[in-house]
Amino acid sequence: MRPPACRVLALMNETTAAAAGARPTPARHEPWWRNTLLGLGFCGPLLCLFAFLVLYPILYMIYMGMDREIYEDIFADPIFIQTLWNTVIFVGVAVNVKMLVALVLSALFNTDNRFARILSGLFLLPWAIPSLPGILAFRWMLNGQWGIVNKILNDLGFAGYPWLVRRPTAIAAAIVYHIWKYLPFWTLIFVAGRRSIPRELYEAGEIDGTTPLQRFRYITFPMLRNLFMICSLLSMVFTLGDFVIIKIMTGGAPGDSTHVLSTLAYRYTFLMGKLDWGVGTFVVALPVTLLFIFILIRWVR
Amino acid sequence: MRLRGWRKVAFYGVCIALLVWTVFPVYYMVMLSLVTWEDLFKPRLYVANPTFENYLQTFTQANYFVSQFWLQLYNSVSIALMTTAAVLVIGTLGSFALARISFRGSRTIQGLTLFTYIIPSSFLSIPFFKLMADYDLIGTKLSVVLVMITFASPYAVWILWDYGKTIPPDIDEAAMIDGAGPLAIFFRIYLPLILPPMVAIATYAFLFAWNEYLYAVLFLSGEKYITIPVAMGNFLATDDAPWNILMTVAVLYSIPPVIFYYCFRRHLVSGLVTGAVSGV
Repeated sequence: MRPPACRVLALMNETTAAAAGARPTPARHEPWWRNTLLGLGFCGPLLCLFAFLVLYPILYMIYMGMDREIYEDIFADPIFIQTLWNTVIFVGVAVNVKMLVALVLSALFNTDNRFARILSGLFLLPWAIPSLPGILAFRWMLNGQWGIVNKILNDLGFAGYPWLVRRPTAIAAAIVYHIWKYLPFWTLIFVAGRRSIPRELYEAGEIDGTTPLQRFRYITFPMLRNLFMICSLLSMVFTLGDFVIIKIMTGGAPGDSTHVLSTLAYRYTFLMGKLDWGVGTFVVALPVTLLFIFILIRWVR
Repeated sequence: MRLRGWRKVAFYGVCIALLVWTVFPVYYMVMLSLVTWEDLFKPRLYVANPTFENYLQTFTQANYFVSQFWLQLYNSVSIALMTTAAVLVIGTLGSFALARISFRGSRTIQGLTLFTYIIPSSFLSIPFFKLMADYDLIGTKLSVVLVMITFASPYAVWILWDYGKTIPPDIDEAAMIDGAGPLAIFFRIYLPLILPPMVAIATYAFLFAWNEYLYAVLFLSGEKYITIPVAMGNFLATDDAPWNILMTVAVLYSIPPVIFYYCFRRHLVSGLVTGAVSGV
């Protein structure tokens, strides 16, 4: 045992080390297996979760999906092909537009303007409200006969449009809802990212007489690029599995032309009773998803 | 920064456009919950004849579509509370191991945690359905709770671990020298120190389960056993659904999350943001 004075010194040293991001020091004079047992013991519930509710279902799904015939069948189904395109459009457009707008808007909330500050409180509202109420409100607003959107268009002298009854506008509606709901969250993330950029960089930039656009191009964007890429990829993976937006907004209508992966798998499995087709739908998307996830895990660590 | 001329106009223009874009759907939702059945089909920007009849009908379960409102609310609350409790237990235990003990396999557990956090929950819906059917759990709250725990725990572990590793490790060592075992360190030192992020995590887990639709639809059926969002989805099964009552349920269902978000805004936002920003 060390004398108290040494302990205080060591404590100060190690506190600075810990503050500098060092890994916690292992308890000394303990056999390694004791720590291993202890660590695994505390992780016990988590490990059970992973084993029975993550790895087992995934392997089970891959096992169920190991039949060539499923893929011959579903790739012969035109609805499946259309669904793949829908998913690519939905994820690609919704996530990228949202992220770009969030990046730009984060500049607005990074100012010390009072109005912007009040707005940032209200701005969180779409994110706080659960998905279903928001989607239902959009659905009624876009209703061809009784929706407020067409009513406003009529009052302005334009013809109304059956938004949710035509494939392009129905998918666009889902995209608009996605942006409405998740824009606040990612904007906040980018505001936090902007706040972590040292102010001196901007001060130096101003002294050099750069325009705001140049400062964005040469200071903000390079500093936020990694954050932007990680957030975009993360949001893409999350959105790839989205079920509720399409299910509630369009239900796949008109004529099953607006499905995304998870709503189509739901239709195959629970409405048509073709469980293996449902599994196949997800298995087709699994390679891309797993690739994205592994890139993300590597980046984040 | 002072804005002048056209820049000022542009700045406030963007702010006002953003305000309308953000608030209008919410305003319209609340508005629809206050209109009569007849006014529902006369779209207006304001309520001509405001009425609380829809709320009254919902609270007294007077309408066919809300005949089990209170029971469904109870189902939603109990599923969310069970999830919260379990996520807190799993999250604190797991994060303690990752943050305070260095042991073999911890990197694998970190990887699995991230993996489970990122993978879209709907991708596992079919094997989960088979699994729950095999164990005869379809129709029980437990089935939904188990899935919610699975997808909410990784984030809890991640945030608590992130916070837990900033506590100097010497506090543990000093306690060990004084003869405290690992359990005593966990309960007496670790838990009190990570209380602030635990508040955020509890909120997160509660709302995660409260907002869930897919797994509740898959596993629960029957008016008396479903949760509020499933009941809302069921309105769409008919063409003559009373949308004013549907919007009333929507408003009532949105109130707890909105209160939670605004009460714990600082905790929740800082927790979520550090979680994402510290990853860079």
